[in-house]
Amino acid sequence: MSLLSVENLNVSIHGTQILRDVTLSVEAGQIVGVIGESGSGKSMTALAIMQLLPEGAQAEGRVALSGHEMLELEEGALCGLRGNEVGMVFQEPMTALNPIQTIGRQVAETIRIHENVSRREAIERAREALRRCELPEERFPLSRYPHELSGGQRQRVVIAMAIALQPKLLIADEPTTALDVTTQAEVLRLLKRLAREDGMGLLLITHDLAVVADMADEIVIMRKGEVVESGASPAIFETMRHPYSLALLEASDHQPARSEHVLEAPLLSVRNVVRDYALPRAGLFGGAKHFRAVKGVSFDIRRGESLGLVGESGCGKSTLTRAILGLEEVQGGEILLDGEPVFSGKRPNRAVRRKMHVVFQDPYGSFNPRWKVGRLVAEPFHLLDDPPVGGAREMAIISALEKVGLSAADADKYIHEFSGGQRQRIAIARALIIKPELIILDEAVSALDVSIRAQILDLLADLGARFGLTYLFISHDLSVVRNVTDRCLVMQAGEIVEEGATADVFERPKHAYTRELIAAVPQLPKKRSA
Amino acid sequence: MNRSLIIGAALSAVFVIAALVSFVWTPYDVLGLDIPNKLKEPSAAHWLGTDHFGRDIFSMIMVGARTSIAVAVVAVGIGMLLGVPLGLAAAARTGTLLDEVIMRGNDLVFAFPSLLIAIMITAVFGASALNAIIAIGIFNIPVFARLVRGAALSLWTRDYVLAARVSGKGVARISFEHILPNVTNLLIVQGTIQFSLGILAEAGLSYVGLGAQPPTPSWGRMLAESQTMFSFKPHLAIFPGLAILLTVLGLNLLGDGLRDWLDPRLRRAKR
Repeated sequence: MSLLSVENLNVSIHGTQILRDVTLSVEAGQIVGVIGESGSGKSMTALAIMQLLPEGAQAEGRVALSGHEMLELEEGALCGLRGNEVGMVFQEPMTALNPIQTIGRQVAETIRIHENVSRREAIERAREALRRCELPEERFPLSRYPHELSGGQRQRVVIAMAIALQPKLLIADEPTTALDVTTQAEVLRLLKRLAREDGMGLLLITHDLAVVADMADEIVIMRKGEVVESGASPAIFETMRHPYSLALLEASDHQPARSEHVLEAPLLSVRNVVRDYALPRAGLFGGAKHFRAVKGVSFDIRRGESLGLVGESGCGKSTLTRAILGLEEVQGGEILLDGEPVFSGKRPNRAVRRKMHVVFQDPYGSFNPRWKVGRLVAEPFHLLDDPPVGGAREMAIISALEKVGLSAADADKYIHEFSGGQRQRIAIARALIIKPELIILDEAVSALDVSIRAQILDLLADLGARFGLTYLFISHDLSVVRNVTDRCLVMQAGEIVEEGATADVFERPKHAYTRELIAAVPQLPKKRSA
Repeated sequence: MNRSLIIGAALSAVFVIAALVSFVWTPYDVLGLDIPNKLKEPSAAHWLGTDHFGRDIFSMIMVGARTSIAVAVVAVGIGMLLGVPLGLAAAARTGTLLDEVIMRGNDLVFAFPSLLIAIMITAVFGASALNAIIAIGIFNIPVFARLVRGAALSLWTRDYVLAARVSGKGVARISFEHILPNVTNLLIVQGTIQFSLGILAEAGLSYVGLGAQPPTPSWGRMLAESQTMFSFKPHLAIFPGLAILLTVLGLNLLGDGLRDWLDPRLRRAKR
């Protein structure tokens, strides 16, 4: 008998069908990957297994967890099972931890909730759980607080809490989505080891096909609340036949068709740029200390080129972006766009700023929710000395929206009426409206589902070819950078450690850090031969 | 629509309408004395009875609403007009000397017991409705400045603000185009709450004789004048007291209701 068996699970919320005939099973010690894009019902499936469904939800079918019929149990009995028989790990480690309790105490508390043990014994077991999650007490005392740990270490504390009671099943919902690629690899390795050592079933929910391809025994692909295909991995990559699965596989490693029109002349020159931040003063006396976020960085972007800048969080890439955009003054070196400094005489240079714009990561935070799309898109006109007015302004807005595949009618809507992918299109329209030469894409596709991401990458490639745009593509996602850039830079701790043609950097990385990054990227199995 | 919003709006509306109607009509003249009819219990002729000068209490409460509302409106207005720009400026220049000066100035005002300062102002400049307004208004400034600064600080980290900066917009323009419209919900809610506090403060000042001066009717002074006769004519205190209670209750419910109604997340959760 399976450890977990879900049969014909149907869930509806206030009459809207969310899950349709979901069937899957997890054996002891087996790793099952559930993949889907947003709205596919993958998280809802996890919540249904735990019986943590939102109010108004109706579940039908059968969920059996090591002999317990989950859909028939009372809330009291379910509480006893949650944490004890089934543990859960969520995406955001910071919100899963209590910021004012030490890590040792938090892990011990979960033990004491479920088992009547002494505080001393609970602490002892917490120590063991943390050690198993690679947080040995010698280096990470139990008295540490969550804010004293990095994102990956916090996620390990969350995992320690989940496995402290040695549950038979662990559900991990996007456990590595908020983490850097090298940290992601470590956490995935940890989860895999724990599942194998304890014979624990692991249900790994993710949007990233490559993540599960590396480690799952069994893969379940979901779309719109239904399981479209499932099977043993990696064999499933050879046999998959459902059009959606194939489209997902293609989109995960999408290579937009790009044209080559790179000119030799540099458009943007960054020369020995240094950026310091003042740290908060430690005391009343003594000078302020500085943190050097960017340490003498130099590079060029040639006209028409697509340059990638990769690095993990905290490497200084966002700081560098702000400096290039002329939002902050640099403490050393110079940034020239088309031969002119972006920041001159303590002020940003308007004439230079007109030649570039930016698209940010978060499709939800990038727009003032109280403005209509037309006004949002037209905002960069502020940079022009003589912005178009009246009919000309309307025409410019419509033309920008049409370039990104939206319609004139969309100008009159509010931003909340659009999906994430459409919002990113609007952000691109906003960047295009002043006809810039350089567009900085700051993690512009990182928050999107893979199929939407593929569409946006195609759009960018198409616009680049039509308007001769130059892109600076900043991302932590190496697989995307590999597919869309000509050249790439690798940044670590404020310095550029490697630079070269993208193919060379990925095929023959020279620097140790680059090799580490590339090794950490989860790989899809080799493309099926046609 | 939630219940507290409806009840709050209805209660507040009753007093606002009473105040507006009092400009054109009251059952009796509130300035004329009618000694023969003094200290009457509530009856068909005088719905809420009469006071020690024979004035109709219902009419006085209507006119008193006018005084209370006028003082509170102007006091909240002063607080918003000065406090909101100060808060926006402090948030826009966070970490600078300007921010420090504004926020420490706020702390200074907050540190004083407000009613004592109001008494001091009216003692120095004379007791009048105008001075009461100024005194209450000053203490509204830091309330709005802090509220706006706090909300604005988080808005300044949004990408759309960054996009506006990339579009070359300056600090003042971003504050008014992007920050202010996104804090209006908070301002409306805080405004209603400060409004009710203003009514309480006005009643308090009038009670000690530092608010609107006789013969202008005021709820606080009606309470003060009823003090000596409370044991045998309780209606003199009960009705103005109820007026204050219901107005403040109504405004607080309105504030709570507006907060829920204006917050799209809370609104969605209720549905």
